Amino acid sequence: MTARIGVVTFPGSLDDRDTQRAIRLAGAEPVALWHKDKDLKQVDAVVLCGGFSYGDYLRAGAIARFSPVMEPLIEQAKAGLPVLGICNGFQILTEAHLLPGTMLRNNHLHFICRDQKLRVENAETAWTSDYTAGQEIHIPLKNIDGQYVADQRTLDELESEGRVAFRYLDVNPNGSNNDIAGVANEAGNVVGLMPHPEHAVEPLVGTGRTDGLPFFTSILKKLVNA
Amino acid sequence: MARVVVDVMLKPEILDPQGQAVQRALPRLGFDGISDVRQGKRFELEVDGPVDETALARIHDLAESFLANTVIEDFTVRVEEVAEAVK
Repeated sequence: MTARIGVVTFPGSLDDRDTQRAIRLAGAEPVALWHKDKDLKQVDAVVLCGGFSYGDYLRAGAIARFSPVMEPLIEQAKAGLPVLGICNGFQILTEAHLLPGTMLRNNHLHFICRDQKLRVENAETAWTSDYTAGQEIHIPLKNIDGQYVADQRTLDELESEGRVAFRYLDVNPNGSNNDIAGVANEAGNVVGLMPHPEHAVEPLVGTGRTDGLPFFTSILKKLVNA
Repeated sequence: MARVVVDVMLKPEILDPQGQAVQRALPRLGFDGISDVRQGKRFELEVDGPVDETALARIHDLAESFLANTVIEDFTVRVEEVAEAVK
């Protein structure tokens, strides 16, 4: 049976279709989830995609965190359901306290859109096993609230437990603490990152690289082997 | 009816790029002598019924879980006197 991966659409989500497409290209079945859904339609994993959920009018991700779909999602994520948060999805996961820290406006206050070099720091999460630790990849980045911050104790904990999943290389585009681009929870089933792997899955579009595809093949492999 | 004001500010140790941008613009506008600017948010909640301890406690919870992100922000809750509307 094909793995079914849910993609939540909130009002203001932008990358739901790209994410669904990336899932399909990896060989899994994308399942559209709506922010008002009260159940997760028995999907095997969920991706919270990029965009500006509910306009991000309070703080990025703060309103989405209280939508009906988040209730079962938070509960099941704590029980081990693999969840990937990309950009706004990452912000929602921090607001939901499924991942530590939070995102501030970029330190230079500009919206950035660039092809960003990253280093994969943790290749043992549910979403990164098709990478190798230390691998350098290029993934598009586009946001204005991308500065990852956490208190020193949280940062020390993330570093010592190997939970910094991705780090910015060459340039830190937004002032993030410790050049952090993405983090994982303790169990490794919940991962969040600011850059957009779903925009780097086909050679014909974007930068011509497919460095983002392993996210979606990693989870597929994990689910099939589960 | 009463008004409760929730003020949300970034914690002192958190960089406030918006406040800094405002502060950097001040000399250009001819305002000297202002050494720092921090930018926050103010929420004005119009509350039906009396603002008793229970109501304030609920608003405190609301501020803590939703209006402020306590990872980076501090907040205060206070009741504001509202002038009686002219009938």
